Amino acid sequence: MAEAHAAQREPAIAGNKTPADVTREICAVLDRKPSGLWWAGLLFALSLLLTGGAAVTYEIQTGIGTWGLNRTVGWAFDITNFVFWIGIGHAGTLISAILFLFRQRWRTSVNRSAEAMTIFAVTCAGMFPIIHMGRPWLAYWIFPYPNFRGPLWINFRSPLAWDAFAIGTYFTISLLFWYLGMLPDLATVRDRAKPGLKKALTGFLSLSWNGSVHTWQRYETVYLLLAGLATPLVISVHTIVSWDFATAVIPGWHATIFPPYFVAGAIFSGMAMVLTLMIVARKTMRLEDYITVRHVEVMAKLVLATGGMVALAYLTEFFIAFYSDNPYEQFVILNRMRGPFAWAFWTMFSCNVLVPQALWFRRVRTNLGAVFAISILVNVGMWFERFVIIVTSIHRDYLPSSWGSYAPTLIEILTLAGSFGLFLTLFLLFIRFVPVIAIAEVKGALSRAGGHRELSEARKPEGVRIAERETVLGGVRT
Amino acid sequence: MSRRLLIGVFEREEDILNATRASRTLGYTLVDAYAPYAVHGLDEAMGLAPSRLPWVCFALGLAGAAFKVWFEFWTTSVNWPVNVGGKPWNSLPAFVPITFEVMVLTAGVSTVLAFLAVARLLPGRKARLPRARVTDDEFVLVLEESDAAFDVARVRRLLDGFNAVRIEERVEEA
Repeated sequence: MAEAHAAQREPAIAGNKTPADVTREICAVLDRKPSGLWWAGLLFALSLLLTGGAAVTYEIQTGIGTWGLNRTVGWAFDITNFVFWIGIGHAGTLISAILFLFRQRWRTSVNRSAEAMTIFAVTCAGMFPIIHMGRPWLAYWIFPYPNFRGPLWINFRSPLAWDAFAIGTYFTISLLFWYLGMLPDLATVRDRAKPGLKKALTGFLSLSWNGSVHTWQRYETVYLLLAGLATPLVISVHTIVSWDFATAVIPGWHATIFPPYFVAGAIFSGMAMVLTLMIVARKTMRLEDYITVRHVEVMAKLVLATGGMVALAYLTEFFIAFYSDNPYEQFVILNRMRGPFAWAFWTMFSCNVLVPQALWFRRVRTNLGAVFAISILVNVGMWFERFVIIVTSIHRDYLPSSWGSYAPTLIEILTLAGSFGLFLTLFLLFIRFVPVIAIAEVKGALSRAGGHRELSEARKPEGVRIAERETVLGGVRT
Repeated sequence: MSRRLLIGVFEREEDILNATRASRTLGYTLVDAYAPYAVHGLDEAMGLAPSRLPWVCFALGLAGAAFKVWFEFWTTSVNWPVNVGGKPWNSLPAFVPITFEVMVLTAGVSTVLAFLAVARLLPGRKARLPRARVTDDEFVLVLEESDAAFDVARVRRLLDGFNAVRIEERVEEA
């Protein structure tokens, strides 16, 4: 049955490769001189990063007043970016941990870069609450430590404190997971490298990995444990992010559906980002045999499925607003659709609900250009989703006398651009200096695709016969 | 103390699996096996007991969670109680999220550290490889020539029967 099943599916890796081919082809990416395209991308990313850095420096020197926030709209661009980037990260954990637990072998070609994406996205996300503090040099106050102010402890009842712990844990565990997965590959790079800086560095980082079965056994145990820990962790992180809103009594935020709604949205946007990056990476780095059209298609299906969940959450929100008979809730929904931010709402709705429907068709899913365009639109839509949730809910809440509006300043827009600069810079450095594809995992997936065949009598290796004969002759040593 | 080792090099995963199983059935002393990727079933063929690392994960995760519940209770209702919106000092349900995060953090970090310690994976340590290509595409089985009854010729024949591409004898200085 297993063979019949295997025959129906294309192999995850194209081109009938041996383990040696895998090592050579993936390490070749690191050995080659970087292309002009890579340099151009790095320059672009660095310039964005510098611009964003300048904007943030100016903001920290001058104060939060450089942003468009006001007394009514106290959260806007900054928190939108925070939730957006955290959400992007979640698809990486889905691929590395959840799909690992579900034994989805196609994940081996994309998990390394998806995990890298997680770490870089969480780095970008973590920046925003810190600069929003206004006095970021006091950011450590969010953690409880013995101090001479009482000791005064943090308020453990606050979702903002939960956030700090959730993001901190998420970043640490993701980093460990990524590094652990990389150990065997670092050893592979070390053993191919000529003596020099590269060999010394990979020798140091690979922690004397030598591929002993004792280590492999423990490694697999730890990998499974970390996957088991990361799976509820990723759900808890976005649940806690959604509680930043849901625990406040603001109409449009105070909803029980928020945790699953946010988790589905996070994976939806993150999958779209993985697709965006992978479609570019496979082309520019000549990894078409490893990241195949089948990978793109499977991920497109995940985008479609999570997009369906997001659409269902939107509908539930509308329905509950009207069913609750709560005039404030009803107003928020109508204000989103028809108020001053209706353009943002309809951008969000078209990008997140209407556009992904094209992915029902196989011809669209296997057309890389189309999938690339859809993935960009989904990212735009998911950014606007957070903007709509945050800004439209608070700009007109209970008292019409305190209603206000919001528009971002140049500083805020440059800060967002800067976060993309940081993300892209880190990602470009990653694809240059680290094996982008999990070499050892791909080799394992290759051998399993071949399948474990029961040995027929005629095809038994000579050694088995020798062993059987010696056993019968009483040659078993004690 | 030095020991004499017999090293068999293979190029296919099923060869090392079968060779390991046969050597174990015949009672040879298996020192180690090396592979470029996690070969499914090789640990069982070697007769390795399952790793005890899950216990580290469980125990330290539990300890971390217990410590955090106690700490949140102690800071908010014993050491310096602060009235936040009239909520009870001991707001146990509100302590759940951070307790969970700390449990995952301690469980994950301690498991990885325990793994690196027991597997002796330390920065700066030099890797001891049986063959240079073992992290690329070779599989290596290491047997110990434990006593006079170890018949090198017979073992060579056995490993040859599993398509060993190379068989060599080495002396390992401990």
